[in-house]
Amino acid sequence: MSVGDGGHHGLPRLLAGLEPGGGAITLSAHARVHGPLPNIAPHQLIEEVERSGLRGRGGADFPTARKLRAVADRRRVGPLIVNGSETEPASAKDRLLLGRLPHLVLDGAVLAAQAVGASEVIVKVGDGALDALRALDGAISVRDSDRVRISVVAGPEGYVSGEESAVVHYLNSQVAKPTLVPPRPFERGYRGRPTLIQNPETLAQLALVARFGSRWYRELGTVADPGSALVTITGAVRAPGVYELAFGTSMSDLLAAAGGPSEPLQALLVGGYFGTWVDASAAVGLRLAREDLRSVDCSLGSGVLIALGESACGLHESARVITYLAEQSAGQCGPCVYGLRAIADTVAALASGVAHAGERDRVLRWAQEIRGRGACHHPDGAVRFVESALRVFGGDIESHRRGRCGARPAGLPLGETALAPPRLGASERPAARTRRRVAR
Amino acid sequence: MRASLRINPIACEAHGLCAELLPELIRLDDWGYPIIDESEVPADLIGLARRTVDACPTLAVLLDEA
Repeated sequence: MSVGDGGHHGLPRLLAGLEPGGGAITLSAHARVHGPLPNIAPHQLIEEVERSGLRGRGGADFPTARKLRAVADRRRVGPLIVNGSETEPASAKDRLLLGRLPHLVLDGAVLAAQAVGASEVIVKVGDGALDALRALDGAISVRDSDRVRISVVAGPEGYVSGEESAVVHYLNSQVAKPTLVPPRPFERGYRGRPTLIQNPETLAQLALVARFGSRWYRELGTVADPGSALVTITGAVRAPGVYELAFGTSMSDLLAAAGGPSEPLQALLVGGYFGTWVDASAAVGLRLAREDLRSVDCSLGSGVLIALGESACGLHESARVITYLAEQSAGQCGPCVYGLRAIADTVAALASGVAHAGERDRVLRWAQEIRGRGACHHPDGAVRFVESALRVFGGDIESHRRGRCGARPAGLPLGETALAPPRLGASERPAARTRRRVAR
Repeated sequence: MRASLRINPIACEAHGLCAELLPELIRLDDWGYPIIDESEVPADLIGLARRTVDACPTLAVLLDEA
């Protein structure tokens, strides 16, 4: 068949099948919304994905067609792995897709598996993602026309366990920790075989590209960043949640989609905890586009946007997040284990006003030295976050030193709230005012 | 011939021998773990780099010679 017929116009695309009541979509309802699974030749699919400009939505932002080709060109290809770990605490999009729209993700997984010559699909999710596990089991049991076998594996939910090599490591030997790369999974992955790993949203997008074609895909977005994206918007907004938006959408429209700010904003955290703080005044002029985000040293990452209200303390919230990230180290590499802990302790001391402002330079030196020295990118993401925190909130260090911080906790979601959907608007929190707080 | 030096950070246990043997290319961070600022090994240091690879107690120094 030729691709490029039909397809709904405008938004939503991925979320078109979402039923307001909750619960997973049935296979027949899914087919009604998107049409049947297309019969498309492997090379044709890869070419169509290439023309669409689709890039990975797990955080690395890598061109999907190139990743498909890297595996398709090899022999003895292993299973396609759907990486539904979603270990970023503030992110909820992958669980939304797997829990409510499992057939769209599985369509993409089956199509991508066939395109690269994989005869099996393994969906890996966190063992606490009960909705996703239930929906996947139900969805797999009614899909009888797939030519590949689909199975689900639940694994640990620690931050680094969602990293690509850690997922392969877990499937190979039940150790959910990253391994030294290269070799990367596409070279030597599941049981030593070339292995394609994709994020659920990437596969859901691929399933639509396969159905409706690249031209349709490019109807939304910009030339450089075509299509739509799922963005988890949380923090100081009135209606936190997962929203599907076109690339090119302005930050203020993004915030408006989530009900608008619940109070005046001081900063936005773009890209989740591996992301970058941007001053609110600089952020409003940005669009959801790589070019714009790069100009302020940001990337969309896993599609998380956290709004920080003026009533909250950016230093304190950043200290909490970096402490969490330090604790989430897999504990394998010295620079990550000792470096992140030292950085976290020092940022916490700066936030609680007990450290001299000069300690900030030490943190920046450590950050520079640690970058690139872990087996995975955990330390890199963590130091990027810290550098942006000191850039945006560094001016508050002196006032904290003098004991002045009238902020209240914004309650940015950390590991303990990973199961709850994002909510935690600062305005819903008790207005506990403390003059001087000590980070945990 | 090009040779580049890298550390397997999972294997490294901060014994520090590498920085003793090859201070031209390897320094230590505040916790004793090696930092390589320039991974390319100049021709006159390749012999020393190979010795450093052999000397590491955890075999964490990797020399990619191509």
